[in-house]
Amino acid sequence: MLNNNLSKEHQIFLKRVKRRKNLIVLTQIIILLVFFIQWELTARYKLVDPFLVSQPSRMFKFLVKLYGEGMLFRHIFVTCYETIVGFLLGTVIGTLISIILWWSDFICKVLDPYLVVLNALPKIALGPILIFWIGNGQPAIIMMALMISLIVTIISVLSGFKEVDDDKIKLIKTLGGNKFQILKYVVLPASIPTMISALKINVGLSWVGVIVGEFLVAKEGLGFLIVFGGQVAQLDMVMVSILILSIAAYLMYEAVTALERRYIKYRS
Amino acid sequence: MALLKIENLSMRYHTLEGETPALNNLNFEVNSGEFVSIVGPSGCGKSTLLSLIAGLIHPSEGKILLNNKEIQNPCNECSKIGYMLQKDHLFEWRTIYKNITLGLEIQGKLSSENIQRVDYMIKKYGLENFKNYYPQQLSGGMRQRVALIRTLAVNPEILLLDEPFSALDYQTRLAVSDEIYKIIKDEGKTAVMVTHDISEAIAIADRVIILTKRPAEIKDILNINLSIENRTPLKSREAPEFRHYFNAIWKELDVHVE
Ligand SMILES: Nc1ncnc2c1ncn2[C@@H]1O[C@H](COP(=O)(O)OP(=O)(O)OP(=O)(O)O)[C@@H](O)[C@H]1O
Ligand SMILES: [Mg+2]
Repeated sequence: MLNNNLSKEHQIFLKRVKRRKNLIVLTQIIILLVFFIQWELTARYKLVDPFLVSQPSRMFKFLVKLYGEGMLFRHIFVTCYETIVGFLLGTVIGTLISIILWWSDFICKVLDPYLVVLNALPKIALGPILIFWIGNGQPAIIMMALMISLIVTIISVLSGFKEVDDDKIKLIKTLGGNKFQILKYVVLPASIPTMISALKINVGLSWVGVIVGEFLVAKEGLGFLIVFGGQVAQLDMVMVSILILSIAAYLMYEAVTALERRYIKYRS
Repeated sequence: MALLKIENLSMRYHTLEGETPALNNLNFEVNSGEFVSIVGPSGCGKSTLLSLIAGLIHPSEGKILLNNKEIQNPCNECSKIGYMLQKDHLFEWRTIYKNITLGLEIQGKLSSENIQRVDYMIKKYGLENFKNYYPQQLSGGMRQRVALIRTLAVNPEILLLDEPFSALDYQTRLAVSDEIYKIIKDEGKTAVMVTHDISEAIAIADRVIILTKRPAEIKDILNINLSIENRTPLKSREAPEFRHYFNAIWKELDVHVE
């Protein structure tokens, strides 16, 4: 369709859609502003206790102080690094294990009950054991993130593999393809949408794993700041860290969504 | 000359629920250049027969010979047999061109000679402008044509077609069967087509094999002789003998609605 000779009616339609979209964004911004302004004001006029809920201006001061000490980006970097590594490892290892389970129906059937148990187990319970086994450092945190996302990845990617149309596999067989070619030409490409949605779930789960890990062992990172702030009754520190955490988690989720969009665009 | 020979072929499926006899002692031959259609009640074992010929499954008894060479499972003669399924099963993540060359890629035969042959077919059968499209941009009839060219790209000696038009609406179906018939004749291929549309079977084939209910046995084989020149499936339907064949097959199939 050509864009330069739209009918009047269609132009009005487009304009209305656009106006609505702008209105939504505007409202979202207003909600955010109102929220922070009422927070600041109610805390300033002691309607709420600033010791318990902190206060945007004090949080900002803390942020500047942290930045001045050169520690702000250090903490953010550490946590993001752990999350990305945990999440990539979870996705890659999970996909590899799914391939093995797809390849051998025997192994898959044998391991099935174990997978169910491991999936049901709250992985956080393994935290103390992890610390004993691999020490209380960054590897333990990444391990925690990995454990939380791994089993979910295996289960969802494997079910994606198994949903691939049998006739598409038959087609490869009629062309003389072997099992490896079935994997390469049909199963993997057909499962890309499933893998992307596994990726999306994994981002969230890795954040959970990393923050729990940092609660347990860290000496730096956003999770550490939250726990430490709580221990020394510094709610400014806690609130700032949570705020940064939300922004970082949001950005990472958006990155995966952008990846998905690019993929969908290439498909249609 | 017989290109394909089916000898005493029987097939039984084994599942935990029990044993299902699907084919019972089939014997027939398909000559080089012939178009044979197979009709039979639904669930009688038609797809099973094609899977056996393609070497995708192993028969319980009997032999299948292609050029006097026995077909084994896993298939040893894969590259000589082209199999077209009910749906086109084009891969939506590959372009039309990449879909067409899939078989050559899998068989490691992307030689410049083969690519030239494929390019020639693409031009000849009007797909040149769609080479770089993705399957979802094409109509159902066009997609079926692409599926046929994909099957022909590996240059098989015999084509197996399993209800290749049943996913299309009636008008497209008539047009596409005409088109696909012409392409198969042009390329000088032998074809075995399964269908449960009696008219389609008569319109397209030199011979119609009629199967019984499951387990399928051969009920009858009819030679189709139509007094018509330059036969195409669409024109065949106007031949005076058409009705006669239709009634004969209808009776043999012994259709009841229960
Ligand atoms: N893999 C299998 N395992 C067990 N039974 C099977 C299997 N495949 C087919 N059957 C059974 O064998 C019989 C013949 O199946 P087949 O698909 O060959 O019939 P068909 O004539 O092609 O049917 P349709 O007209 O529906 O296409 C059916 O009763 C079916 O349930
Ligand atoms: Mg069938």
